[in-house]
Amino acid sequence: MARKNDKRDDEMRDGTSTAPAGPADSRPPSSFLEVRDLRIHFPTDDGLVKSVDGLSFQLERGKTLGIVGESGSGKSVTSLGILGLHNRRNARVSGEIWLDGQELVGASEEQVRRLRGRDMAMIFQDPLSSMHPFYTVGHQIIEAYRIHNDVTRKVARKHAIDMLGRVGIPRPDRRVDDYPHQFSGGMRQRAMIAMALSCDPELLIADEPTTALDVTVQAQILDLLRDLQREFNSAIIMITHDLGVVAELSDDILVMYGGRCVEYGTVDDVFHAPEHPYTWGLLGSMPRLDRERSERLLPIKGTPPSLINLPSGCAFNPRCAYAELNGGKSTEERPDLRDAAPGHRVACHLPAEKRRQIWNDEIAPKL
Amino acid sequence: MIRYIIRRLLVAVLLLAIISLVTFGIFFLLPKLAGQSTDDLAARYLGREVTPEGLAGVKAKLGLDDPFLVRYWEFVQGMFVGQEYKFGTSITECPAPCLGYSYRTNEPVFDLLLDRAPVTFSIALGAAVLWLLAGVTIGVISALKRGSVFDRASMSAALAGVSLPMFFTGLVSIWLICRQLKLLPTPRYHEFLDNPATWAQALILPWITLAFLYAAMYARLTRAGMLETMGEDYIRTARAKGLPERTVITRHGLRSALTPIITIFGLDIGLLLGGAVITETTFSFAGLGQLMLQGITRSDLPVALGVTMATGLFVIVANLVVDILYAVADPRVRLA
Repeated sequence: MARKNDKRDDEMRDGTSTAPAGPADSRPPSSFLEVRDLRIHFPTDDGLVKSVDGLSFQLERGKTLGIVGESGSGKSVTSLGILGLHNRRNARVSGEIWLDGQELVGASEEQVRRLRGRDMAMIFQDPLSSMHPFYTVGHQIIEAYRIHNDVTRKVARKHAIDMLGRVGIPRPDRRVDDYPHQFSGGMRQRAMIAMALSCDPELLIADEPTTALDVTVQAQILDLLRDLQREFNSAIIMITHDLGVVAELSDDILVMYGGRCVEYGTVDDVFHAPEHPYTWGLLGSMPRLDRERSERLLPIKGTPPSLINLPSGCAFNPRCAYAELNGGKSTEERPDLRDAAPGHRVACHLPAEKRRQIWNDEIAPKL
Repeated sequence: MIRYIIRRLLVAVLLLAIISLVTFGIFFLLPKLAGQSTDDLAARYLGREVTPEGLAGVKAKLGLDDPFLVRYWEFVQGMFVGQEYKFGTSITECPAPCLGYSYRTNEPVFDLLLDRAPVTFSIALGAAVLWLLAGVTIGVISALKRGSVFDRASMSAALAGVSLPMFFTGLVSIWLICRQLKLLPTPRYHEFLDNPATWAQALILPWITLAFLYAAMYARLTRAGMLETMGEDYIRTARAKGLPERTVITRHGLRSALTPIITIFGLDIGLLLGGAVITETTFSFAGLGQLMLQGITRSDLPVALGVTMATGLFVIVANLVVDILYAVADPRVRLA
C-alpha cells in the first residue's frame, strides 16, 4: 500500500507540473472522488448528442453511489467518462473529475491509462462479451495485474488464483486455466470482479453488474461486492436501472434523466421522500412482492427523450403528469438542482410544498 | 485437442479419396464425352507410327478398355504400391507413388510434378509472405485511422488491386521495369540452391504482382475485421485494465481479427501451390500451372490428372493446417 501511494505522489507532481492551467476556481477537493459539471458530447452527422450535460457529485472511500435512470440517460457514458475510455477524437469531454486529488479530464491519455485498472477499475454488464474469448481467465487477470505491478509471471499467477478464490470460485488453482466460455454466467462475473479488483482499486465502477445474471446469482454477486468493499474500503459507483439493486447496496443515489441529474440524495431520501416526478415514476414502475397481484404497475408514459433534441425547459416535461401545474414554466426554463433538504437535491419547478403534498396524497399510497 | 486433430485428419483423408475418385471419373469420362474412342487415345499415345498391333498393345498396357472401377483401383494402387505396365514382353516398373506416364513425353507424371513444383512453390510462398505482411499491416492501419487520407488512398489502391487482372499488371511491370527502366533482367527461373540471390531476383516481379492482387483483398478483409473487433466489449475491458493502446490493438484486437483471415489464407495458398496458372504464363515460368495448361491443351490426361490431384492435396493439407491453427487460436473451436 505504501509503495502504491509513493507512486501516486510522483504522478501528482508530474501532473501538476505539466497539466494545463484549469479554471480559476479549480482547487483539489476534499472528497475522494469529485465530479464537477461533467459534460460529454458526441458530434454526429445528425447533431450534437449531449449524453452527459452538467453532472456533479462526490463520493468518499468505502461508500457506494447508485446511479439510476432509463436507457440513454447517460449512466454508462458517465462511467466510461470517469475512466477516460471515450475516444478523444469523437467525444468532447469537459468539466472536472478529481480522483484522490488528481484531475482526470485535463490529464494526458497516458496519465489516465496508468490510473486505469490500478486506482479505478470497472465491472461490465455482460461478462461473456467483456472477456476475451481466446485467453484463459487466469491470463486476463495476470495481464491486468502485471501492467501495474512489476512482478514475475509466477507471482502474478499466484495472485490471480488468490483473487479467484477470494471472489468465491471453487478450486481456483484449476479454474485459472479455463477459458471464459467454460465458466457459468455467475462465475464469469466473479472472475470479472476478480480481474477488476486485482490491483486493489480505490474506485470501482460497476455498470449493471447483475443485469445479465439469474436472480439467485444476482444476490450472490451483490453480497460479494459488499463484502469486498468492506475488505478493500473502496468507493463504488453502481450503475443500474434496477432500483432493488441500488436500495440494497448504495449509500447515496443519483437519478439521471436526459444526461442530467434530476435528484440526488441518500437512499432514505430518495426511497422514502422522493421529490422528483421522474423518481416517483421509477418507484411506481418497480414490481413489489408485498403488494396485491391485482394492482397494476404504474409505468412512466412516453419514451426517453432524444439526446440531440432535448425538450425545452425541463427535459422530463412531456412525460410529466404535473408539468401543467406551473403555468408553462416547465416548458420554458430548465430547472436547476436545488436543495430540497440538506444533502437532498432536486431539479424541479414544482414548489416544495406542492411536491410533498403530491407525494403524500397521490403517490405514496399507491406504492 | 488431440481428438480434434485426429478427427480433422480422418476428414482430410476421406476428402482426398473423394477428390481422387471424382477427378479420375471426370478424366475417364471426358474423352468419351468428346466422342473419342480408346483407339484414338492409344493412337495419340503412339504418336506417328500407328499400327493395329501397336494400338492393341498400348490399350493393354494402359488398360484403356478396362471398366472404370478396375482402372480407378489400379490408379489408387499405383499411388501406394506402384504399378507395372506390360507392353508385349517388356515390363515398365512405375514405382509408388505412380501417377502414370505422360501420353506425350512418356515421362513419369510424378517426376514431372517434382520437377515443376519448386517453381510454383517459390512463387506462391514468396508472394504469400509479401501479401500477408502488406495486406494485414495496411488493413490494420486503415481500420485504426478510418476515414483518414491513408485509409482512403489505400482502400482505393486495394480496389484497383482487386480489379486489375494479373496478366495486365504482370505484363506492364515487365515492360516498365525490365524493358524501359532496365532495373531488373527479364525474369527467368533459377534454382534456389544454385544461387539464392538470382533466385530471388528472378522472382521479385512475380511476387510483387501476385502479392498486389492478394494484398488488396487481405487489406480490405483485415480492415473490416479490425473495425468489427475493435468495437467489441472485450476491447473496452482491455482498455479499462489500463493496457497500453498498442497492446490492446495487437494482442486483443488483431488476435481476433486475424483468425478468419487464417481460413482464407489456407484456401488461397493451397490453390496457389497447385499452380499459379496466370502468373506462370505471364512470366513464362515452367511451374505446375503451366504443366496443367499443357496437359489440358494437349489432351495429356495423366498429366492433367496428376496436377489436379496435387492441387487437391495441397488445398486439403493447407485446410488441415488451418483447422489446427484455428483450434490453437480460438479455444472455443476445440469443442466443436
